[in-house]
Amino acid sequence: MKTLATAIAILLSISYLIVEASNADTNHDEIAIMDFDTFAPMLEQDDSHTYVVNFWATWCAPCVREIPYFEKLYANYKEEGLRVILVSLDNPDHLESRVIPFIENHNLQSEVILLDDVNANRWIPLVSEEWSGAIPATVIYNNSFRAFYEKEFKYDELEEIVLPLL
Amino acid sequence: MLAVLALFTTSSFAEGVGVGDRAPDFNLLNVDGNYVSLGDFDNARGVVVIFSCNHCPYVVAYEDRMIELHNEYAPQGFPVVAINPNDSIVVPADSYTKMIERAEEKNFPFDYLLDADQTIFPQYGATRTPHVYLLENKGDHFEVAYIGAIDDNYRDAAAVEERYLANAIEALMAGNRPDPEFTRAIGCTIKVQED
Repeated sequence: MKTLATAIAILLSISYLIVEASNADTNHDEIAIMDFDTFAPMLEQDDSHTYVVNFWATWCAPCVREIPYFEKLYANYKEEGLRVILVSLDNPDHLESRVIPFIENHNLQSEVILLDDVNANRWIPLVSEEWSGAIPATVIYNNSFRAFYEKEFKYDELEEIVLPLL
Repeated sequence: MLAVLALFTTSSFAEGVGVGDRAPDFNLLNVDGNYVSLGDFDNARGVVVIFSCNHCPYVVAYEDRMIELHNEYAPQGFPVVAINPNDSIVVPADSYTKMIERAEEKNFPFDYLLDADQTIFPQYGATRTPHVYLLENKGDHFEVAYIGAIDDNYRDAAAVEERYLANAIEALMAGNRPDPEFTRAIGCTIKVQED
């Protein structure tokens, strides 16, 4: 009987923890799915913020490796006006099964959108003429600076670029 | 000293071939155990070189279309030759053994070569998988005629509007230049070990 009570107590506490975890970050319940034309203004915001726009996918190993660095950058400098936009290129059919679980498991705080536009030959050069199309790729810009990087970042490299812009 | 410096500078800025350039030759191990070089295609009108691999979802999405392209155009003189440029320590799924498995699973009708020393993809300037280089046989060498994507919809073969690669091959067969001769697509980076 005592064992049963203990088991119930454990079960209750586990379910409590699950509820807590699912309530922790409710800001990613709705991930916007955009075509390129809808997304394009996010590459041209003319305000006081510095934007780090990273193109990634859940299946892309180097992208997944560098995402904690973008998160750390955002956590450290959001008060100074830094904004991070993580643009997922995952198949929209995998939004519920892969993208949202990834966001929840990593407790991502940056803004995440899903870019759903298959005609990449049209929009890749609109992001940057330098971009061959490989991911990860990142645009860093503000109203007086713009640079494009087709590479996997380390945290220190990101900080070195962003700090003078803040 | 200056000459050496100049030479070094030039080579470190080499970014591969462009359309109209001579295609770099290669001699690479195929999944059937034989070595394959461009010279083996002396009798072909051209070669469709596709930097490819096992693990990349964009490649997987295109595998069936690569098979169809080979079956459609190899008999007309344009065989597909896939080259895996990835380091198998970085991506174990792209090892030579796994390439053989994948080729058998999908019954690839085309050669699937391993750029084991990772010396060929930089000469072409390939940056991603899949990355297509359509080569035209000029008699004593092959010339790059088209660089880029297979078509304009990786996700849905049925919804493709422009078959860039097929159109480029058709253009060469008709004696015309491909238009466009360069396209871009999202792909997986080519995996190399960090220094």
